[in-house]
Amino acid sequence: MPDKTTNILIVGVGGQGTLLTSRIIAQVAVQMGYDVKVSEVHGMAQRGGSVVSQVRYGNKIYSPIIKKGDADIILAFEKVESARWLDFLKPDGMVIINNERVNPLPVLSGKVKYPDQIHEKVAACLKDTVMVDATDIASQCGNPKAANVVLVGMLCKAIGLPEEEVEKAIRDIVPAKAIQVNLLAFKKGCELMAG
Amino acid sequence: MKQLMIGNQAIARGAYEAGATVATAYPGTPSTEIVSSFAEYEGVYAEWAPNEKVAMEVGAGASIAGARTLVAMKHVGVNVAADPLYTLAYTGVNGGLVIVSADDPGMHSSQNEQDNRGYGRFAKLIVIEPSDSQEALDFTKAAFELSEEFDTPVMLRVTTRLSHSQTMVEIGEPQAFKLKEYVKNPAKYVMLPAYARGRHVEVEKKFLRLREYAETTPLNRIEWGNKSLGIITSGVAYQYVKEALPEVSVLKLGMTNPVPQKLITDFAGQVDRLVIVEELEPVIEEQVKSWGIKAEGKNIFSLLGEYNSELIAERLAHVPLPTGFGLEGDVPARPPLLCAGCPHRGVFHTLKKMKLTVMGDIGCYTLGALSPLDGMDACICMGASIGSALGMEKARGPEQAKKTVAVIGDSTFVHSGITALIDVVYNQGHTTVLILDNDTTAMTGHQDHPATGKTITRQATRKLDLLALVKAIGVEHVQVVDPLQLNDLESSLQEALNRQEPSVIIAKRPCVLLHPVTLASRYYVDDELCTGCKSCIKLGCTGVSFDDENKKAIINPGCTACGLCPQVCKFNAIKKMEV
Ligand SMILES: Cc1ncc(C[n+]2csc(CCOP(=O)(O)OP(=O)(O)O)c2C)c(N)n1
Ligand code: SF4
Ligand code: SF4
Repeated sequence: MPDKTTNILIVGVGGQGTLLTSRIIAQVAVQMGYDVKVSEVHGMAQRGGSVVSQVRYGNKIYSPIIKKGDADIILAFEKVESARWLDFLKPDGMVIINNERVNPLPVLSGKVKYPDQIHEKVAACLKDTVMVDATDIASQCGNPKAANVVLVGMLCKAIGLPEEEVEKAIRDIVPAKAIQVNLLAFKKGCELMAG
Repeated sequence: MKQLMIGNQAIARGAYEAGATVATAYPGTPSTEIVSSFAEYEGVYAEWAPNEKVAMEVGAGASIAGARTLVAMKHVGVNVAADPLYTLAYTGVNGGLVIVSADDPGMHSSQNEQDNRGYGRFAKLIVIEPSDSQEALDFTKAAFELSEEFDTPVMLRVTTRLSHSQTMVEIGEPQAFKLKEYVKNPAKYVMLPAYARGRHVEVEKKFLRLREYAETTPLNRIEWGNKSLGIITSGVAYQYVKEALPEVSVLKLGMTNPVPQKLITDFAGQVDRLVIVEELEPVIEEQVKSWGIKAEGKNIFSLLGEYNSELIAERLAHVPLPTGFGLEGDVPARPPLLCAGCPHRGVFHTLKKMKLTVMGDIGCYTLGALSPLDGMDACICMGASIGSALGMEKARGPEQAKKTVAVIGDSTFVHSGITALIDVVYNQGHTTVLILDNDTTAMTGHQDHPATGKTITRQATRKLDLLALVKAIGVEHVQVVDPLQLNDLESSLQEALNRQEPSVIIAKRPCVLLHPVTLASRYYVDDELCTGCKSCIKLGCTGVSFDDENKKAIINPGCTACGLCPQVCKFNAIKKMEV
């Protein structure tokens, strides 16, 4: 087992399913025998606020939260959120962005404009940025709500998690009737990153 | 095999393994999942109490009756329960009594960030602080033992990062705990002055014994490392310290009240520099300094918010904080907001339109205070709306009552609004009270409460009838309206405000997240009719947004077809289509 800690930040908007995603990834790490810690957001922010789940695994993990500048990868369920949490990324880290726009309150109330080109600014900071229409892909698989698992597929390829372990975790965690759609969405995500 | 558990689940598991059979709580982030997870075990009793004071009293009775008992609440809940808690320290327990206080440094979901270790000191309770989920489980079991051994309630103090972080846990076998015998003992349990004086002596005696115990308890431990720096820490701050400075010496306190004077003095004597790393208040630091020991703490670290490992590395090892990518300026804030289709939205739209003074309360509807709804003048704590509206009226005269409303959720009304409404009637206020009855405790994740007619395990029970209740209190003018019917809502408010008597309006419609939305119809914006006036946008709903290029409103896929925005469009541009 490599003596290295992997830090994954999953960011999005309350209600988008970041919690389920972090639980799948964490479960994979448990299956692989790592020490794992996950920090979640419950409560008020889940009402459409900015939310973050943090997954850390390795031989021995102390802090449940990732240091600034220490995430290997950021999985962003929404465009602006990728920029909000970017400072947590390592300088050579990678960001996977779902091409989804959810207007925050100040935008809804007309106080500020949504920064449409934000993903380009994020990309300009980094070597590796991938943008994906995960919601569309998930819809094609049968349910737009499986967008998070498309992103898990991409993450799996990006950091080299064994596909079978992820599939097992999906089977364990996702509600029974959604398993098939989720497995399909996961495969699609893997292919996107591989191809 | 080890498994991942959030701290709250691990506490529930620990209580189960210790043989606890009664658990009671009122929900509150970050404590909620403790008793809701406990409720999933077989053969135990778990409940949502109407508020924390009642939970504490149910806990007291269960403990006196001989059961191991768990009571959980968020930090501010302990304020509500403080009255029985302080005196329980005098009576002591029969079956072990563990009270979980889940504090919220950083105020992720709270109105203040009080440090409840202070309660431990003032009420002379044992305070125990785990640092991860395994310790949450193990320390909970230990807490029951200590509670019985020292005949005192034990406070298990946790914080958001512990409650809501998943870490690895090895679970154990549940221990069969035989209900302790109940023997009538008024000198111990009836706190008349004459008996209480005797019990106070006991409190002080056992606290002396506890001070001795603190010196040797396995809950505290020293991890020797480099002796140029010694750190005393507890709770999740321990993890940040280990992450940031793995090579220094650490005294990890698992028991933070009472603190071990000899152990600390000894540790201090062996290190060149002593720093105390504790989030929020200098609870440990002040005690250590009072013994004449040279220590640092709040001169380096803040009294505010949460700590983290980079902060500790920066302050103690001068590791510079990373500079970041500098995109902050491009990122709009994203505060939480009412869901698309939330029944509360119609209320705040109307209150703003009517330019009323709104004494608010705590729940999802507090989000109505934010722009663009801007619908609240004050919000202090759960239940404060009604009393503070009455106070406004009494200070500024009856005219004030004509433009003031108290707004309170159903769960909050049951929690602590009822007695304030009694005050309004008793002292002849003219207050108008809006009870937002969305059939759930939404903010904390949709728990049931007495007025939903379901228990914690979703069993049907006698439903508290809010209408009959407010009438029984003596409010004669009571109306029930649908908060999404704006005209009805406004006219009932107008009528209530004009009356020279107390009135209650029950705004009744379930939270949109309670039932899956089945869309029989959808809305769309007719571009021909939309003038771009943005009236609909001012509802602050994610279901409708403004297309800057077209200068027209558009309905987004997130719309739940609640029918609110069509009512505010003066041009009838938002139309319905059947699907
Ligand atoms: C003393 C105390 N206990 C618990 C909480 C946590 N809390 C905040 S709002 C709330 C209740 C919300 O329910 P309700 O009033 O029905 O409003 P809703 O969120 O459903 O709109 C709770 C339990 C708190 N802030 N203070
Ligand atoms: S959870 Fe329910 S009460 Fe809370 S904002 Fe959403 S719809 Fe409104
Ligand atoms: S009808 Fe209008 S206010 Fe209601 S959910 Fe849809 S967009 Fe929001």
